[in-house]
Amino acid sequence: MTGNDMGTPVMVQARDIRKAFNGNEVLKGVSLDIHKGEVMAVIGPSGSGKSTFLRCLNHLEVIDSGAVVVEGQTLVSTDAQGHAQYAPEAQMRAILRRMGMVFQGFNLFPHLSVIDNITEAPMVVKGLTREQIMPKAQELLRKVGLLEKADAYPARLSGGQKQRVAIARALAMEPDIMLFDEPTSALDPELTGEVLRTMRQLAEEHMTMLVVTHEMGFAREVANTVVFMDQGALIEAKPARAFFEDCSHPRIRSFLDNML
Amino acid sequence: MDYVISMLGPLSNGALVTLKLFFITLALSVPLGLALALARISRFKALARFVEAYIWLMRGTPLMLQLLFIYFALPFVPVIGVRLPDFPSAVVAFALNYAAYFAEIFRAGIQSVDRGQYEGAKVLGLSYSQTMRRIVLPQMVRTILPPVSNETITLVKDTSLIYVLALNDLLRAARGIVQRDFTTTPFVVAAAFYLLMTLVLTWGFNRLEKRYARYDA
Repeated sequence: MTGNDMGTPVMVQARDIRKAFNGNEVLKGVSLDIHKGEVMAVIGPSGSGKSTFLRCLNHLEVIDSGAVVVEGQTLVSTDAQGHAQYAPEAQMRAILRRMGMVFQGFNLFPHLSVIDNITEAPMVVKGLTREQIMPKAQELLRKVGLLEKADAYPARLSGGQKQRVAIARALAMEPDIMLFDEPTSALDPELTGEVLRTMRQLAEEHMTMLVVTHEMGFAREVANTVVFMDQGALIEAKPARAFFEDCSHPRIRSFLDNML
Repeated sequence: MDYVISMLGPLSNGALVTLKLFFITLALSVPLGLALALARISRFKALARFVEAYIWLMRGTPLMLQLLFIYFALPFVPVIGVRLPDFPSAVVAFALNYAAYFAEIFRAGIQSVDRGQYEGAKVLGLSYSQTMRRIVLPQMVRTILPPVSNETITLVKDTSLIYVLALNDLLRAARGIVQRDFTTTPFVVAAAFYLLMTLVLTWGFNRLEKRYARYDA
């Protein structure tokens, strides 16, 4: 399915995902496998459905039909009548916890300090004490280069800093897969670099990543696989180098010409 | 001056009745209002509709009528018919009425929290109730402080309605002296009492607003 057989286990399996908003079909049957350690960049024009696809993988959007399997656990499948059937609540939340997510708009909790943003979910969801999670939280903050901002509130941070905190926050739940929904699109151009560097570092640690992005540089240099979507369909999924060297498909051609 | 001091005793007793009703009403109507707000936005449509109707009823009829109804008419209502003494009647009427107003304020506050906050909480694994308690409600507080402050100040003054149940609140105590001594001075002193109460409230809410503003840039 992906044109990139990594020879590693499949982490996320999406099959024939269909999704319509008010009769407008945004995803017309998208299938994709993400392998362990794979860094997959999803590119395509605005309105191609790439963000919606990402959001369908972790139940931020409810799909109409199709299947999502995460590490062998079925999040959603389709019954004989063609209706999507989600796993029961508790099971679903356990599956969703395997995936971390970084949003275009950060979605940090404004009433919590940076460090509390990171410790909140491990404490509330995993039941850890503050003392138990603190070393990990500080290590993550150091990793994204923001340890000195631990006690600041998000409103005090730049966009790039906010996004790095958001990445640290997601990592604190120790996900197996990280989903990024246009993580640099809301940033001033001079701030995208610091976020991309953090993501590159994560890729070097072999985190499995699915990144919806407009950053062709990131797709080319960091991703193993590039997926091109257009008008709700997956047009091509190829190893990154092959994708950029040989983009014979006319729609991809014209998209890349417009980007560069 | 001695005359003013002489009326402080009865007026203070009246003020105590006023304050007692005020605090009990607040303690009951704020949690009840929060529960109503959550029910009003719940996905159980029947529950949401029921609460909507309740709020309409409570906001759509005069508080004084509700007071009179609970004191005089409730005993004759089948099934729930119960005769309450005067002060508990007032407490029930005020709590039920103010809960409806608070519910609408809380609902607006909850709905002012960005959808991204729910999504951010969800992808971290928080349940709906955890998201509400830890993420949404703390952010709501900041938004609702000004309207809650308004409502609370209104409550201080609305307590004077309980004179219809012959309860000796601050205003009724003042009126008693006015009628006895043929002077309006007690009204002025009563006004000073009310102003003092609302001053303390205003000051308290200002402090709260400052505290909750700290996480803004």
